[in-house]
Amino acid sequence: MNQNPLARFRTGLGNFGDVMHDRWLSTPGWQRWIVYLLLIVVALLLPSDSIGSFMSPDTDWASILFFPIGTYVVLAIGLNVVVGQAGLLDLGFVAFYAVGGYAMALIGTRLGWNFWVIMLVGITLCALSGITLGAPTLRLRGDYLAIVTLGFGEIIRITARNTDEIGGPNGIRGIPHPPSINDLHIFGVDVSNLLGGIEPLKYGVLDPKPYYYLLVGLAVIVIILVKRWEKSRVGRAWAAIREDEDAAEVMGVPTFRFKMLAFAIGASIGGSMGVLWAAKSISINPNDFQFLLSATILAAVVMGGAGNLPGVMLGAFVVAWLPERFRGLEEYRMLIFGAVLVALMIFRPEGLLPSRQRRAELKEGSGGMGTLGAEVPGPEAHGEEVASK
Amino acid sequence: MLNDFVNQFWPATIDGLAFGSIYALIALGYTMVYGVLRLINFAHSEVFMIGTFGAMFVPFVLGISSPLTGIALVGIIVAMILAGMVASAGTAMALERIAYRPLRSRGASRLAALISAIGASIFLQELFALLIIPKVFNRPQQGRIPMALPRLMERTELFSIFGHSVRVDQVLVIVAAIGMMVALDALVNRTKVGRGIRATAQNPEAAVLMGVDINKIVRMTFLIGGGMAGVAGALYLISYENTNYFIGFLFGIKAFTAAVLGGIGNLRGALVGGITLGLVENYGAIFFGSDWKHVISFSILVLVLMFRPTGILGESLQQARA
Repeated sequence: MNQNPLARFRTGLGNFGDVMHDRWLSTPGWQRWIVYLLLIVVALLLPSDSIGSFMSPDTDWASILFFPIGTYVVLAIGLNVVVGQAGLLDLGFVAFYAVGGYAMALIGTRLGWNFWVIMLVGITLCALSGITLGAPTLRLRGDYLAIVTLGFGEIIRITARNTDEIGGPNGIRGIPHPPSINDLHIFGVDVSNLLGGIEPLKYGVLDPKPYYYLLVGLAVIVIILVKRWEKSRVGRAWAAIREDEDAAEVMGVPTFRFKMLAFAIGASIGGSMGVLWAAKSISINPNDFQFLLSATILAAVVMGGAGNLPGVMLGAFVVAWLPERFRGLEEYRMLIFGAVLVALMIFRPEGLLPSRQRRAELKEGSGGMGTLGAEVPGPEAHGEEVASK
Repeated sequence: MLNDFVNQFWPATIDGLAFGSIYALIALGYTMVYGVLRLINFAHSEVFMIGTFGAMFVPFVLGISSPLTGIALVGIIVAMILAGMVASAGTAMALERIAYRPLRSRGASRLAALISAIGASIFLQELFALLIIPKVFNRPQQGRIPMALPRLMERTELFSIFGHSVRVDQVLVIVAAIGMMVALDALVNRTKVGRGIRATAQNPEAAVLMGVDINKIVRMTFLIGGGMAGVAGALYLISYENTNYFIGFLFGIKAFTAAVLGGIGNLRGALVGGITLGLVENYGAIFFGSDWKHVISFSILVLVLMFRPTGILGESLQQARA
């Protein structure tokens, strides 16, 4: 192996990551739970102004913590199930986010149902649309699946734009907020009387913090569920499909069913975020669901290290936060964002925090990513191999 | 409904052929790069966008703002096509050098290459919206507003089919596109470089052993694919007379759809797929309205992939015979 200083630095960083990971694995359960609790407390304290003044001097920190940062994190966790765990390249993830958003907007304005009921309905709808999309397309592999999902994302957006019954290009306005605690009636008792004038978690227009807390709650639930799935038979089946679909099938993994499950779960997570986001933003329109959002979320997943949950969350945070942090540069931020994506992929194609498995695959030169990986390694790799023989 | 279809059949056919030719030319770039590297060159849409601006540059520099005739018209059209080719081919090669080769030499996943391409795509769009259009084309603060080409060619009727006129610009697009296709087909099937491209697509390892310089072949692939996208950009601009920094996106998806439709990796498939897509979406627009044009083409794509995942022709670059 050629070891220039940069490569040495990278290997060193990787080794450090491994050491930390080993230590983490050997810590007793109760200590890990303390760390988890601390992380949640940190997440809840994040919107404070003292952190915000550094993190986003140009915009309201609590607002951008909800959107884009928090929203991207949850979406990336959802997409990670599909791309990182099951190895299915989905370029139209935004479609499910849109289905969730429109479910909230339509049911909320037309039928006036409660937010929590709509959340359940939205999740179910998204799981169903994931299955509907998956049933015909999941027999395709790699790039074909990518382009079909991209097409599906565009179909959803253009259909929303062309259908006047759901607002056409103007979208839907006046989406209701989630019920505040003060509005609740528990066993016929009006909660606002009990609280005596204080208004905790009031879901209004001005204060983004209650929505952020709700988002943290959603994220925690999603992370727990996804982690449990990853460690279960389902997760192992996904890994098998990702690494070699034919081998998995031969070993008796019902690959098609597990791929559908990954799609449905990813879609539900995207949809739940769509519901929550629509409940905060009052109005939505088809332009909120551009392909660029799908691409950005995918970039977050890959950049963070597909398949590794903390990595994916870090990637989403970076992708969402960088353009906001550099709002001072105004219009140049997307230009810089594009250049940063290219640079990151050149210098760290395995992502910021890759899983150990992925790094091993990369070293092996097989390209990794199972069905997404090149069947044929890059011609240059061939050239070198042949030259050295 | 049926009446509409009968009335609009010929205009839709002509439009479909013109759009289809442009899709086909762009699709060539996708299909060639895919055939050789097994990679979706996602930034190819921006290569097309830059082609339209490269062509725009010629009348802009010459300060032409009224229709031309005779030799001057032919000269300017040739110059625009050449400028589009140079701009696009240059962009494509720069993309290969900067965004893909470092990843390739490290054996990174195709997913990483995809993200790199998306990053490059965003970068190029913003570069045009923020710097090139305002500075080079001297339109400060208007980088995101569509830019119109002054009319260069009178839209005279060349001939008519069943009472529906066919304009000279439409014929130009179709004829030029088919001419380029024939030339490319000859290049790939009859020259040494073409043989290298086919060999690499078939088996890179064996190609190296047979003395093919793979890096050169990859560069040539991007050069040729980029050049074709540049021709498409110039033809689109001449015929539809406007462009913008975001124009590549939709054309890119459509062209990729066309490539998949015809059988990705297959050069003749790109032509068949492009024309088919152009025709189908224009016929569909008669029935469902032009708002649904894009939905129609994506639905067709999904259907084709379900029932014939290898595309219409299916045969790939690897098996293309000499």
